[in-house]
Amino acid sequence: MSANIVYAIIVTSLATFLSRFLGALTSEGIKETSKVFKWFNCLAYATLAALIARTIIFPAGVLVDASYYSRSIVVFLSLFVFFISKKNFVYPTIFSAISMAIINNYI
Amino acid sequence: MIKKNFFFKGYRSIFTHDSPAIALTCCFIAIGALFKNLGFNIQESIFSTVLTYALPGSLVMAESMLIGASLLNIFLAVWIVNARLYPMAVSLFPLMMHKSQPKWKYYFSCHFIAISAWLIMKSNYKNIPKKHRIDYWIGIGSATVSVSVIGTFLGFSFSEHLNKDMMLGLAILNPVYFLCMMIGASKTIPVTLSVLFGTILGPIIYLLSPEWSILIAGIIGGTLAYLVGEHSVS
Repeated sequence: MSANIVYAIIVTSLATFLSRFLGALTSEGIKETSKVFKWFNCLAYATLAALIARTIIFPAGVLVDASYYSRSIVVFLSLFVFFISKKNFVYPTIFSAISMAIINNYI
Repeated sequence: MIKKNFFFKGYRSIFTHDSPAIALTCCFIAIGALFKNLGFNIQESIFSTVLTYALPGSLVMAESMLIGASLLNIFLAVWIVNARLYPMAVSLFPLMMHKSQPKWKYYFSCHFIAISAWLIMKSNYKNIPKKHRIDYWIGIGSATVSVSVIGTFLGFSFSEHLNKDMMLGLAILNPVYFLCMMIGASKTIPVTLSVLFGTILGPIIYLLSPEWSILIAGIIGGTLAYLVGEHSVS
């Protein structure tokens, strides 16, 4: 293994584990019925929603190659599939991959 | 030790009809292909998936390496991107804490905190006795890491056969899956508002501060949702 890559992997895993470990450590004194817990629950959901929205609207990596319109159309169509399939998670997910591959060639 | 039946119950939860296994595998196929393009070998790719086990963090590492960033820069960039794991851990571990369970289980299993495992646990924890939730959680985490490793291996092995359209399809799958899961989890006013505010604020704050947008949007959106939720209850 190349030393630089191994160091980068170790540094990345340490940076990731730090937040997880601190979270596990500080949650020891928190009761699930407490206000702090409810607040953190809201923070977690809002943070995840922000991450997902940012990934779709301001993507990094491969998704940059797809236009804003094709990403938006795929997401809205996938949500439509999600609701008509009685909130099944798999159908819209597979649909999104296929439709993105097709739509991106036309928009 | 770990109670086997709850561990395997957690492990099997990823093989249900609405499981995240497909989405997770596809995301890590994309990561495996990306690692190969970056010059990683198969051992390094799998080592990275097992040790990091967080897609945004892996992406940031890959992008940082592409521009030749220092190790300190990589550490800070990944830490900022993955700081979201802190509120996720604090909002999950109190549901699993039990006096009879040794602490090492909690410290070890915090490594499994990631969106897919977190959402599965949040949806199912009420069906598991509190004493055994940690074993169930370790089962979920082991299953999601296994699937991620398989995805990385497949992506690395077949990267030459993945064209641009296929990579795009794999890349959109992850946000769409998690968006559906978040909408599916929005069953109370505070959670629904958290998802709504986070979705609106995330991209807006990105225009002002790309590095801190997710955390700031999470704190503002989550706090607003909590306050509105508390007000509606009272």
